[in-house]
Amino acid sequence: MIDVKHIHKTFYVPGEVKALVDVSASIEPGEVVVVCGPSGSGKSTFLRCLNRLERADSGHIIIDGIDVLHPKTNINKVRAEVGMVFQSFNLFPHKTVFENIALAQHVVRKRSKKECAKKTAFLLDKVGISDKSAAYPDNLSGGQQQRVAIARALAMDPKVMLFDEPTSALDPEMIGEVLEVMKKLAQEGMTMVVVTHEMGFAREVADRIIFMDAGGIVEVGPPEHFFTNPEHERTKLFLNQIL
Amino acid sequence: MENTLKKPPIIRPPHYNLWVTVFVVFILLIIGSFYYSTQRIEYIWRWNRMPIYFAYLDIVKITSEIDGEVDDITLDGKDAHITVKGMGESETYTVPAKGVYVEDGELISPGDILATYEKWKPGLLIIGLWVTLELSLMATIFGVIIGVVGGLARISSNPAFRWTVMIYVELIRGSPLMVQIIIWYFVLGTVINDILSTYGLGRLSAFWYGVASLSCFAGAYVTEIVRAGIQSIHRGQTEAARSLGMTYAQSMRYIILPQALRSILPPLAGQFISLIKDSSLLGIIAIREVTKAAREAVTASLQPFELYIMLLLLYLVLTFSLSMFVQYLERRTAIK
Repeated sequence: MIDVKHIHKTFYVPGEVKALVDVSASIEPGEVVVVCGPSGSGKSTFLRCLNRLERADSGHIIIDGIDVLHPKTNINKVRAEVGMVFQSFNLFPHKTVFENIALAQHVVRKRSKKECAKKTAFLLDKVGISDKSAAYPDNLSGGQQQRVAIARALAMDPKVMLFDEPTSALDPEMIGEVLEVMKKLAQEGMTMVVVTHEMGFAREVADRIIFMDAGGIVEVGPPEHFFTNPEHERTKLFLNQIL
Repeated sequence: MENTLKKPPIIRPPHYNLWVTVFVVFILLIIGSFYYSTQRIEYIWRWNRMPIYFAYLDIVKITSEIDGEVDDITLDGKDAHITVKGMGESETYTVPAKGVYVEDGELISPGDILATYEKWKPGLLIIGLWVTLELSLMATIFGVIIGVVGGLARISSNPAFRWTVMIYVELIRGSPLMVQIIIWYFVLGTVINDILSTYGLGRLSAFWYGVASLSCFAGAYVTEIVRAGIQSIHRGQTEAARSLGMTYAQSMRYIILPQALRSILPPLAGQFISLIKDSSLLGIIAIREVTKAAREAVTASLQPFELYIMLLLLYLVLTFSLSMFVQYLERRTAIK
């Protein structure tokens, strides 16, 4: 599904920061992969490189057979197949919840108004906020906003969903409702790449965990291996600090 | 139903009424001393002469075009038909019956008055005000178009677009409007009109060069306002839109510009209020907008104080209605 081969990314801010150094990974269809690591380890950059919100300097990223980094690739077509959920929700504040979810279907997927309405109603029900259809994002709680954001991404019928720390900006009591939606999605067989600090979610839902540090992948493995028997010192240190 | 909402008590600073009185006295003092000074220089106020600059009753004369005598006058309700006949030609004029000036059989030469009637006509200041309105409205429309295109080009990654707009903005902002107007009319205008007449097209009037100079001037400022407005929208909005597969144009149209509009509106209003006032400079290329009209009226009437005060009030009416309109727009685009 996703093949990442030797990507590098350097930021100049203005000093040189090597965000990704020779990162390779592959994600199978239907797999749920959790990416974790300390802050500044490059996990968000890695995720944002996948749909080219950041452009990797070198290497290859193949999504569903298409080379994302190739200059002739129509990136908008790729992005329509790759849903993304942000840490700060990034809902469109001037549009209602309904419009947030319906807009891209209409504009990008060229669905009729009727189809959009049907799909939107279905997704609102799925994430459990049908009653907020006409509300504006600013009037929703953080958890509700993030669920709308998930529905917005799902509306495009993506083949992969990327989650960039979806619960980090939420009050603790709202984290559960968002994770619940994500769990449901995983059970339905959605391919998911999730950057998160929620180790409980990782242990329960993830098929594999990628641990990153200093711009590189340190360790990859299934959760039981990762949590009980990590190979690297760096991973052990990290787990000690957060568990 | 009983209204349970109580009005909050108005908390006033100490000696509130005293200071209100001070304010009123202060204003009256300024007006009074102004009036006193005009008395000292023996200025005679003639406000009664002002209305004709807004509207006046004109006497329209209907004159004969041919030589001859009045052959027939027939009444037809409120109208009268006067037939003039002579030298083998005949002409019938339809005039208001009340204003008939000639009698049956009267000898008529070309240019003789057959009848007169009265008609209300807009005065000099109203005609000028209308020209100012037209100028400002056109310049606003073109200014917004230039500004949106310019603002988008200014943040584009294409150096040709970006640098062109940077030079445009610096050039326009860094030079006096009066110089720009002169260049538009006397330099560009000459060239453009020459080219137009080479191709057998009509010449453009001073009005259009006025519109061009004002739009160009306002466009530079609007460009910066639009750029700032777009950049004030959080990057996450673009990222969210693009991550859904929207193109750059779609994300601008549906997501960024509608949101930017809210932060653009207040400075834009300020810009167009300036524009209305700046249009007063167009008198120098013989466009008779309201300031030029007032200056002409002063030359004729020798009543500068009243006319310039009226002029000031007219500008205030224009700018105040514009700022009211923008406030209404701001309320409408506010996020619920």
